[in-house]
Amino acid sequence: MHPIISIQNLSKTYPSGFQALKSISLDIQPGEIFALLGPNGAGKTTLISIICGIVNPGDGRVLADGLDIVTQYREARQRIGLVPQELSVAIFETVWDTLKFSRGLSGKPMDKAYLEQLLRDLSLWDKRHNKIMTLSGGMKRRVLIAKALAHQPRILFLDEPTAGVDVELRRDMWQMIRKLRESGVTIILTTHYIEEAEEMADRIGVINKGELVLVEEKAALMKKLGQKQLTLQLQKPLDGIPTSLADFPLTLTQNGEQLIYTYDEQNEKNRIAELLRQLSALHVEFRDLKTSQSSLEDIFVSLVEEK
Amino acid sequence: MNIHAIKAIYLFEMARTWRTLMQSIASPVLSTSLYFIVFGSAIGSRMAEIDGISYGAYIVPGLIMLTVLTESTSNSSFGIYMPKFSGTIYEILSAPISALEIVMGYVGAAASKSIVLGLIILLTARLFVDFSVAHPVWMLAFLILTSVSFSLLGFIIGIWADSFEKLQVVPLMVIAPLAFLGGSFYSIHMLPPLWQTITLFNPVVYLVSGFRWSFYGVSDVNVGFSLAMIAVFIVICLGIIAWMFRTGYKIKV
Ligand SMILES: Nc1ncnc2c1ncn2[C@@H]1O[C@H](COP(=O)(O)OP(=O)(O)OP(=O)(O)O)[C@@H](O)[C@H]1O
Ligand SMILES: [Mg+2]
Repeated sequence: MHPIISIQNLSKTYPSGFQALKSISLDIQPGEIFALLGPNGAGKTTLISIICGIVNPGDGRVLADGLDIVTQYREARQRIGLVPQELSVAIFETVWDTLKFSRGLSGKPMDKAYLEQLLRDLSLWDKRHNKIMTLSGGMKRRVLIAKALAHQPRILFLDEPTAGVDVELRRDMWQMIRKLRESGVTIILTTHYIEEAEEMADRIGVINKGELVLVEEKAALMKKLGQKQLTLQLQKPLDGIPTSLADFPLTLTQNGEQLIYTYDEQNEKNRIAELLRQLSALHVEFRDLKTSQSSLEDIFVSLVEEK
Repeated sequence: MNIHAIKAIYLFEMARTWRTLMQSIASPVLSTSLYFIVFGSAIGSRMAEIDGISYGAYIVPGLIMLTVLTESTSNSSFGIYMPKFSGTIYEILSAPISALEIVMGYVGAAASKSIVLGLIILLTARLFVDFSVAHPVWMLAFLILTSVSFSLLGFIIGIWADSFEKLQVVPLMVIAPLAFLGGSFYSIHMLPPLWQTITLFNPVVYLVSGFRWSFYGVSDVNVGFSLAMIAVFIVICLGIIAWMFRTGYKIKV
């Protein structure tokens, strides 16, 4: 299966001289949900804008469904839909007219039934005759999604789709994105909400200062970098970590009441049992215990801080 | 050729015209009527005939041109400036359309509007003064060519402008003076010889002269030459637009 998006050594230097992308290479597989994470100014929007034709590419090239986005832009762009980060939409237009406009731009003939279904799916059908200026921010965001889907693209870019969207609507959007994927659409989204990536994505890419610092299956990423911690609430505070336990990665809280054992879930299968046996032999007793796992957020922060 | 896209842009722009009907059609018609009342009827009644045509009738083609020029420029520049300003241009840039198709949509709409406007003013003028059109087909041809060429110019201005001030300054400070000094209200033969020569560098002279010829069969400059000048003007505008899209000038970084 050839990748649906293939980014090859893509660089971008803005006319100001600022290098926003540094030789990015990335393949996106058909039907996946790919989340692009990165701090403000990392280059996420720049990358998406180049693929969609809004910003001129620098060196390197990009193929969408095997089509060069520069030389075969017509065919390539017909396959791509974009929901931009900014809420830019012609406010004097009605919802229905703006949707028709988007459909027309793509060069596909009008399909009323499809557009109606699209608006119904996005709970906008009742608003179809409303001018966009009379809609709320969340509704405008959905209008933008409808516009991006008006030409039935195979690839959908969502640049921070849930920024400024309430919890309920965010859940609805996640639902909608999953449904789209089931229908065969490949989705590339950027987000600042780690839980969103954790919830939605099959794969995650982290971009920082124009460099792709990591691309990984979400599950593998969580496993590989996800550290687990076992916290033991002690009956009696300890003065220090017993010397016989020196080869366990242990830390003691300041008051000596909690013993924290940090471990990787994968390689340390039997060590917990071993630790507990030794503690019992030393007559260190505990009232309670819990384990916790680092979230993507921790992973992300540690990656970005390393740089 | 992405016909659906051209149509979508064209209809979007025409919808803007209908939404702002007062501003788009009524106000130019009103101001032109005022010109006819003041220059045509009040002052015109005391003016001698020019080239054997009553003054009121003589200024009809010039007045139509005056409106068509300013409206073509401002409509077209506004049409492309707005999406740039509001950010909705992302949709145009990411659509499977060529620069030529974008231009056809925007310029086509602006020109259509000007042509309709020109014809409305023609009919309005007929209420004030008596005249007839000697070469209706040529009249229409000049109207279309002028609308298209100045809509192209407006498109260039709309892409160039990065503020509303700049957007308004060109129609106001360049097009209007050129139109006034281009023989709308007089024959350039009425000017002193030096000014006659200087005037020949004003492209509007050729438009007004050619347009007036289509009405009354008299012209300040040769009609064929007028047509050639318009053609040159269109080619230059198209060249500039092609360059703008190739380099992404002010629309794509
Ligand atoms: N037109 C431009 N000219 C010069 N520099 C630009 C331009 N657009 C963006 N940049 C710079 O490029 C860098 C990347 O911007 P980009 O918008 O791609 O970031 P981002 O990852 O989308 O950030 P955010 O999360 O805030 O949306 C930033 O430092 C930004 O200042
Ligand atoms: Mg961004």
